[in-house]
Amino acid sequence: MTLLKINQMEASYGAITALRGISIEVPERSIVTLLGANGAGKSTTLKCISGVVAPRSGSIEWQGKEIAGRSPNWVTRNGIAQVPEGRRIFKDLTVSENLIMGAYTRKNKDEINEDLEQVLELFPLLKERSSQLGGSLSGGEQQMLAIGRGLMARPVLLMLDEPSLGLAPIVISDIFEKLLKLNEERGLALLIVEQNMKLALKVSHYGYVMQLGQVMVEGTAEELREDKKVYESYLGAPEKSP
Amino acid sequence: MLGQLILSGIATGSLYALTAIAVVLVFRNTRTINLAQGDFAMVGAFLGIYFLKQLGFSYYTTVLLVVASTTLLGVAVEWLIMRPIAKSDWLTLFTATIGVFYILTGVMGWIWGRDTKAFPVNFDPTPIDLGGALISMGHLYNIGWALAIGVVLYWFFNHTKQGIAMRAVTDDPEIAHLMGIPVKFIVMLTWGVAGFIAGFVGILIAPIIYVSPEMMDEVLVKAYVAAVFGGLYSIRGAVIGALMIGVAENLAGGYLDSSLKTSTAFIMIVVLLAFRPQGLIGVQKRREI
Ligand SMILES: Nc1ncnc2c1ncn2[C@@H]1O[C@H](COP(=O)(O)OP(=O)(O)OP(=O)(O)O)[C@@H](O)[C@H]1O
Ligand SMILES: [Mg+2]
Repeated sequence: MTLLKINQMEASYGAITALRGISIEVPERSIVTLLGANGAGKSTTLKCISGVVAPRSGSIEWQGKEIAGRSPNWVTRNGIAQVPEGRRIFKDLTVSENLIMGAYTRKNKDEINEDLEQVLELFPLLKERSSQLGGSLSGGEQQMLAIGRGLMARPVLLMLDEPSLGLAPIVISDIFEKLLKLNEERGLALLIVEQNMKLALKVSHYGYVMQLGQVMVEGTAEELREDKKVYESYLGAPEKSP
Repeated sequence: MLGQLILSGIATGSLYALTAIAVVLVFRNTRTINLAQGDFAMVGAFLGIYFLKQLGFSYYTTVLLVVASTTLLGVAVEWLIMRPIAKSDWLTLFTATIGVFYILTGVMGWIWGRDTKAFPVNFDPTPIDLGGALISMGHLYNIGWALAIGVVLYWFFNHTKQGIAMRAVTDDPEIAHLMGIPVKFIVMLTWGVAGFIAGFVGILIAPIIYVSPEMMDEVLVKAYVAAVFGGLYSIRGAVIGALMIGVAENLAGGYLDSSLKTSTAFIMIVVLLAFRPQGLIGVQKRREI
């Protein structure tokens, strides 16, 4: 079943058009990736879904319901959480306060505490540092915290904006391992924006390649991996193999 | 003599500190330098007289009602005046608070007259001996109240959801919004907290400086100077600054000349800004909010 269905969505920042009619689907329990060069409109797509940016036209259907233009508060309450680009954890809040803010829209204290335990178990490094300030964490730990904060909303769909950016390979594989585990064990759907195409196509089921606010190519991860055009025309230079 | 001057300096300094905390809270969540913060307390003091004298309420009922009123006043100022212009630059916001300042001064003067009034509860001058230093009951009482309010604020900001959310909004309003935190409501709450603090300050300071529409002008300026000690951001810096100002002006007044009292705060700020323009307490450069 389709969880999220975006149809012909357009968005702009004043005179700058960022999205020119994109259509994207995220099936239940799936991992979908959005690829594309700088400025393609990947972050804008996520922001439209989370309600930070209101799309100019088009529709966003979430579990069969039209949600375009809803507030982030509503979106978060209804099962979509976002891990923003650049992590953006609250630097002057402790690790556990950061996590609690991820659950701001929730009411049930017992459930929140339960989830807090689970997140700290998932990321034991955070547990050790739970009373440290967010700003004192390393980049990898901050990314884990940003993901943990997203999970605290108890989402059905977690959207991640460039989670691998600026992290060491070993940290990246650790984080993606955990994301895969969440997907397999809990059926958490993932919508991942990545510039690291190899990595993204390794973990995801389906992908969209965006350029200048449009979807240029879409397909299963396998199809996209085979498609040389994807590398060349949409991501600039051919990907260097590590 | 020295011990006494220091202790009574801390007593007045703690009221500057409360006002400075409110200035910092509002500034860092809204970029607004709130010139009307002192007048929130002034309104509280006038209401205090009204509740005590006209209506004959007990002291504690009066405290409760005054604090409730000034909290609402803070919320109302945000809602009616600051919210419509919230997206403007800092100068516009600051100018609006000058407007609030004059409106409150004018309205209070119109209702209750411009002459100074004695607060019906007297400042208790009974001296208490604290290890050789004498401090009056009234001063001790004010320090106690300020501490208690400090504890309540600490608890609010570290152990309640809305208090933590208020800090999250300070930290990164955009991401707070993304998390579903109602930023507008939190900003309103911030002004409410500023009013809450002002209510106590008004009640506590009234017996010391008498009540008039201009009673808080000097206090506000000193609190602002104290807030600058913390770079208008750090609460700890603002509190330390306020206590230093309270003590320093008392020492200057006691040992040099009482006319130097007021200038002390300004001498301190000029020196501070010359050497540490970012404030006394290390505040790094932050994202524009
Ligand atoms: N706040 C903004 N104001 C004005 N223009 C913006 C804003 N945010 C993004 N844009 C513009 O919208 C277009 C799409 O930006 P977006 O951030 O969605 O791209 P992206 O694919 O996420 O790029 P990146 O890989 O650099 O993160 C770009 O042309 C960008 O300059
Ligand atoms: Mg982006």
